[in-house]
Parts: sequence; structure tokens; C-alpha cells
Amino acid sequence: MFASLSDRLTATFKNLRGKGRLSEADVDKTVSEIRRALLDADVAVPAVRAFTTAVRERASSAEVSEALNPSQQVLKIVNEQLIEILGGEARELFFAKRPPTVIMLAGLQGAGKTTLAGKLGKWLREQGHTPLLVASDLQRPNAVTQLQVVGGQAGVPVWAPEPGNGVGNPVQVARSGVEHAREQYYDVVVVDTAGRLGVDAEMMQQARDIRDATQPDEILFVVDAMIGQDAVTTAEAFRDGVGFTGVVLSKLDGDARGGAALSIRTVTGQPVLFASTGEKLTDFERFHPDRMASRILDMGDLLTLIEQAEKAFDEKQAAEMGRKLSGEDDFTLQDFMDYMRQLKQLGSMKKMLGMIPGMGQMREQLENFDEREVDRVEAMINSMTPAERANPKIINGSRRSRIARGSGSTVSDINGLLERFDQAKTMMRSMARGGGRGVPGMGGMPGMGGLPGGGKKSKGRMAPPKRTKKGKSGNPAKRAQQEREAAERAATASQGQPGSAFGLQQDADQIDPSSLQLPAGFDKMFGR
Amino acid sequence: METPDIIIAAVAAVVVLAGGGFALFRGRSRGGSAPTLKEPPVRPGGASEAGEPDDGGVTTQERPTEGEAQDQAGSAVVEETPAQPVLEKPESAAGRLVRLRERLSRSGALGRTILGLLSRDKLSTADWEEIEESLLMADLGTGPTDELLEALRTRTQVEGTSEPGAARELLRSELLKLVDPDMDRRIAASPVLGDDGQPHPATILMVGVNGTGKTTTVGKLARLLVAEDKDVVLGAADTFRAAAADQLATWGERVGVPVVRSDRDGADPAAVAFDAVKAGRENGADVVIVDTAGRLQNKAGLMDELGKIKRVIAKQAPVQEVLLVLDATTGQNGMRQAQVFAEVVDVTGIVLTKLDGTAKGGIVVAVQRELGVPVKLVGLGEGPDDLAPFDAASFVDAIVS
Repeated sequence: MFASLSDRLTATFKNLRGKGRLSEADVDKTVSEIRRALLDADVAVPAVRAFTTAVRERASSAEVSEALNPSQQVLKIVNEQLIEILGGEARELFFAKRPPTVIMLAGLQGAGKTTLAGKLGKWLREQGHTPLLVASDLQRPNAVTQLQVVGGQAGVPVWAPEPGNGVGNPVQVARSGVEHAREQYYDVVVVDTAGRLGVDAEMMQQARDIRDATQPDEILFVVDAMIGQDAVTTAEAFRDGVGFTGVVLSKLDGDARGGAALSIRTVTGQPVLFASTGEKLTDFERFHPDRMASRILDMGDLLTLIEQAEKAFDEKQAAEMGRKLSGEDDFTLQDFMDYMRQLKQLGSMKKMLGMIPGMGQMREQLENFDEREVDRVEAMINSMTPAERANPKIINGSRRSRIARGSGSTVSDINGLLERFDQAKTMMRSMARGGGRGVPGMGGMPGMGGLPGGGKKSKGRMAPPKRTKKGKSGNPAKRAQQEREAAERAATASQGQPGSAFGLQQDADQIDPSSLQLPAGFDKMFGR
Repeated sequence: METPDIIIAAVAAVVVLAGGGFALFRGRSRGGSAPTLKEPPVRPGGASEAGEPDDGGVTTQERPTEGEAQDQAGSAVVEETPAQPVLEKPESAAGRLVRLRERLSRSGALGRTILGLLSRDKLSTADWEEIEESLLMADLGTGPTDELLEALRTRTQVEGTSEPGAARELLRSELLKLVDPDMDRRIAASPVLGDDGQPHPATILMVGVNGTGKTTTVGKLARLLVAEDKDVVLGAADTFRAAAADQLATWGERVGVPVVRSDRDGADPAAVAFDAVKAGRENGADVVIVDTAGRLQNKAGLMDELGKIKRVIAKQAPVQEVLLVLDATTGQNGMRQAQVFAEVVDVTGIVLTKLDGTAKGGIVVAVQRELGVPVKLVGLGEGPDDLAPFDAASFVDAIVS
């Protein structure tokens, strides 16, 4: 596996600690690391060149001279620059003043156009439109059937006058589809076209013919998130061939870093409008530039983590958790186990931990983490009586040895579990107090920073989640800030404040640089 | 190492997230702009325990036993295509690559750029950078690019490349080294004798992520084998994507190859695969090609399902070939794909598709080297016979010429 950019930058800056300023040589070194990271993320070479030039300029300018910590500064610049490029001029789908609005899908073979047609249809229907899908892919065997099935699943009618498999005229189908929509008062028409290569002159002509016949309001270029350097050539070919007004990134649920988003945006200037994130018809969402930025840089993805957490716990449970965190209710081992089980259902803990920014540094330890440890912890808790779970304090020596025997572990395992559970509880409370509420005076939190260095290893260990938490609180707040209406803005902003108590970096941006540089104690947590 | 630490940290972090996140998100979800939450995808018939760690290939699902699978045979239909008046005659394998060479050289701009630069008397830093960029643009990846560059640099210094012929030879030999002509690239497509002394059809399993062209490749490969006078049976074990089985059936019809498919969508793909191989054995077929649904390599549940398909097929006949279908446009993620698929089903060969475009498929160089799995076939166009056996020498020639 490639080390993430943050890992590499951290390594690059190891010798620079204390310098506090970036010399030109430092900038060079950093820029070359960034270049490599972007190339590994499949960002196209010309886009990388443009990007690194911009970063170099910003990094050498006065902006950085007050640097607190060079790697944080650079990462911040890189992240901001990425978001700026990816997210500039985010916009809504453009609907025609006089329906039907025609949306044409175009792209390479296997990019996911037909599936996307279904998803788009469903999404439009849920937005209150009456979409019609038009099967203009007459090339691939049974593409028409596929669209019909997908349309059926989405509950969206499909216009398919031709059976496909090489028979029929796609231009004719598209034209008649739009006419049909006009007669039947469908207000959006989604035209699915055959996959084609940019170098295939004949097929590109056909695409142009379809475009001219239907006069689409939007032409969406569907592109696979795992596409490599060819993204630019292909995007240019489609831009020059048919032209497109927006981009849809498909298969984002894979683990490709998706540098194509940056390449296409840089080269064609067209925005990425949607992301397709799964095989079900509902796996379709607006594109989030900030998340994409973190993904391209491999910096962890807190928002996804939060979403996953929300997926695992419904509102009631979340509220209950909130109460437990605030100390209104007691957080017991039983709760701990319940949550752990639910988390397990979400998928690998390893993966989830990997989403926490800064965890990249722990990558090796994470790799070695045996998921079955979760089961062992579960076994220990299962060997406790309900009373013990509710009140761990009553667990004395003889209870401990009983539990150890019952779970096939040793007494020292039990000791460790209880000790750390207790610390985690305290920690969570203080975190919740500091972060969740937006109470500025969270005395415990700044102290946290000191803990890791201090003698207590155990406390250091627990520091990471806390830290991370912090970064998070900054994150959603910031996001919310952007998204919410002005009236709500003030409220959210106050939530964002706690982050600033951590240090200057915090209030800066969505990437929380402090979380990229974890306290020394964190390592110990995974070490040994 | 005290792993419970990790667990506790994770649970603590996530609990705080969920609890704290709840507070933060509460307002927003009322505002209606909350991100859409997705249910974890569950496929019918698929391994739904997406969260289960892969514990050495044991899934909680029951494998269909011999008896069960036979029961299911009733519901699977062997579609003997009514012999159509005219069956298409596929082109023979020999000479396919020659015909397709011109398409290959479309993506050959790589060779020309580098060649042009290499033939100069003196190479400046900028020239080297340009060479590096064109290699990177071929999706070669940073690692192999550095190596090739280093090799070129050394050899140009030692040997000199002012004559165009010398430069070409130099580039050719270095590229050839990367592609490695010595690997065995034959497709195992002859029946083998099983342990029981019975002939087994050679079984080929087609795997890959979504949209790389698995079904199309199965269709084209069937034609290639038919052209070699093999008896082929196709198994439509992609029971997930809409109309995938129909797509395969259309391919089968064209060359009169029977397609074994389930009579309903969402059937257990392993059962369909089992039936296909069984039908192949009973009909005395030479080759059975099993198409599978596309799956992203990071979906543990689906990868488990794939492992199950292979194990279940092995009950009938050992799987001779597992071909990973890679899209030539795929970038560095291709490496991940190859690694994970190789772990789960032990990939024996790679099919590089969509090479007729501008993409150069450089990722296979890294994959081939890292995993030792050779590229066996290349897809070079939309035509039914545009699939050719990969030949390292002519491949490199097409790039350099």
C-alpha cells in the first residue's frame, strides 16, 4: 500500500521541526511529495502540474511565513486548494423553463451510464419530477432490457421502441423519446446512450446527432472513479466531441482515490455534480468537494465516519448516547458492548479507524490489528453478570478470576479492559462536554494535549479519540456553516468554537491539522 | 500489543461521534439538507454479512451440498439455442493481434514521444521530465516509471542513442523487459482428467470490478474458443445486474453456444455456476466459462461470495483459469483490485479490455510484476472478434513502431 500523503509529509518534515518556517528547499521537497501523492491518486499529469504550481506559489508566499508547523501549513494549503478547484461554482441541475428538460448521459463503456439513468430517474422522481428514461443504447447486447429492468425498479417509465442489440437508430429513439415526453407531459427526459470511445469518430458523430436531435439542457459525462491518466484525454474527447455540462463520478464506493475528479475539473472546467456510491438505486448523492479532497489526499474521512455512525445508530439511540455522555445516565459495559456489536455490523473496525484523520501514521499497527479481538472483548463482557456490567466497580479479585476463566482470558486482560474502559468513559464525557455542546470553557481539553507527554501512558492512549473528536467538531460545523442558511449559521458557528480552544490551527479549516500530528502517546496505544 | 485499546478507542470515538454528531446534525437534518444515509447494500443471494472479517475463507453461508445443487438444477435452464440457420463464424485466433495492431498503435503515442526524445544527442533535464511524464501518463505508476527511467538513463549514457535505430532498440528492449515475454500466456482450455479418471471440462472463471467488460469478454472468449473448434458452455452467474444473463445469452446465440442461466433474477450465483459446470461435464464440453457479477474489491461480503462460487465449482471440476478483467483506463486502483482478487480467488491471468481507446493500460505492468500474473488476452474493440491473445513482443512492437 502507498503511504498516505500525510504520512509522507510528516516524514519529510521530521527534520524540520522547530524551524517553523519553510525554506525554498523545504517547499521543493514538499511539492515533490505532493506531486507523487497526487499521481498515486490518479490525478492526471497536466492537472498535477497546474496544481503543484499553485501550491508552490501559495506556500512560498508570505502566507506561510508565520507557520506554526510547516507540514500542517502545507497540508492546509493543499486541502484548501483542492476544495477550491473541486468545489468552485457548485451548482444545481439545470432545468428547462419549458419542459421537458432533457438530460443526456455520455461516457466510456462500463462507466455506469445505464445504472446511473435508473438512479437519476429515481432521484428526480423523489424530487417531484416526472422523469422518462429513453433507451438510446442500442449497441450493447440487452442494454435496453437492462434499462427497462432498472426503470422498473426505480418506478420510472422507459421509452424503448427499439429492441437494441445493434438494431435501430439511436438518434431516432432519442428524438421520439423527447416527443413522447412532450405529449405525455413528462417533465424530465434522461437519455441513456451507448458507451463510446473518444477516438471512435463514428460513434462521436452519433452522439452529436443525438445531441442535436434532442437539444439537451444538461449533458452529463459519466466517469468511473477508478479511471487513471486517460481521464484527461477522454474528457477532452467528449468535451470536443459532444460537449458536456457536468460530470458524474461513478463507483465511488470503491477504494479508488478518484483523482479523476480533479483532472477533469482542471482540464474541462466542468463541475462534478453527482457521485454514484453503490449498486442500489438509492446510492446516489450530490458531490461533496471537501470529502473528495480528503480522499484524494488519503487523509481520512470524518464525515463518512459520522455518517456510518449515524447509520448504525438511530436517532433515539444517538440521543440516548448523548445523555450517557453528558453523565445524565451512566455509560455501562453493557452499553459499550451493544454499541460495539452494532459497529461490528457496519464493517471492519480497521476500516473505520482508518477513516479517522491521522490514523495513517498508525497504518502498520492497524494492519496487524486482528478483528477477532473484538470478539474476545465481547467474550469478556459476556462473562460478567448484569450487575457487574452495570457497575464495574464491584468487580473484585475473585470476580475477575471468574470472568477470566469464563472468557478464556487472563486476569490481567480483564484488568486492562476495566481500566481502559474507565478511562474511556471519563474521556468521552469530557470530550462530549467540550465538543458537542459548544461550551467554550472546556478545561479538560487543552489539558489533553499535555497528557500524552505526561507519565501516564494510559491517558495518552485514550487521547487519540478525544483529539479526533475535536477535529470532527470543527468539521461538521464548518460544513454546516457552508450549507445552512444564514439564520442558522450563527448557531452552528458557536459549535465550531470549541475547536479553537485546541489551538490556533483548529479554527482554520475543515482539515484539522492538529489531528494529523497526533500526540506521542497515541503511538503507544498501538505499539507494544 | 494490546488490541483492546484499539477497540475501545474505536467505540469511544464512534460513540462520541454519534452522540456528538447527533447534536450537530440534528438541526441540519431538520433543515432537510442532511446527507442521504445509505443502508448497507445487501444483495439477494449474496453474502450479506458485509462486516464479517474474512476468516480464512470460511463463510457462514452453507455451501450448496451435492443434493441441494441438484435440486436447483431443476430451476436452472440449459438454453440449447435452436440451431439458427446461419451461425456466425468467428475469426481464428491467429493473426488477430496483427489485424488489431493498428488500434494498438493509437495508444502508441507513448512510444513515439519517448523515441523522439531519446534520439536526441543530448538529453536535458527537461527532456527526461518529459519522458517521465509520458510514462506516468500511461498509468505506469510512480514506481515502475522511476525504474524504467533509471534504466534508460544508464543505458543512454553507456550506449548512446543518437541513431534512431539504436534508440528504438533500447526502448524496445527495456519495455519488453517490463512486459516480460517469458510468462506463460496460454489459456488452459483443454479438458483435463480429474481424480476420478473422468474428463473434466476446463473451467474458466471471469472476475473483476463493475463495468470492466466481463460479460463481453466471456462472449468474445467463447467465440475465440469456438474458432479453435472447442465445445463451449457458458454459465451466467451474474445474477445481480439487470439483464446480464440476457446479454450473455445473446452472445451465446450468435455462435450457437449453450448458456446455462437461472430462470429468475437474484439466484445464488454459486448454484448457477455449479449447474453450468455440471451441464458442461454432462455434455462433454471442452470448456466452461463462468461469468460473474462485477464487484468492487473493497466489499468483503461480495468477495466472500466470489470465493464461494469458486469453491462450489470445484466440486464439479477444478477451476483451471481465473481471469481478472481489468479496464485499460483503470489507474492505480488496478493494483488494489488485482491484489484483492488474487487473494480471494487466486487469479491466473489478466484480460486487459478497452485497449482500443487512448488508454494505455500501463497498470498491468505493475500488476504483472507485483503478482506474477500474466496478461493473457487483450480487448481491442467493439467487434465480436476484437479479443486477441496477448503477445508481449508484438505488443511492444506496436507501441514502438
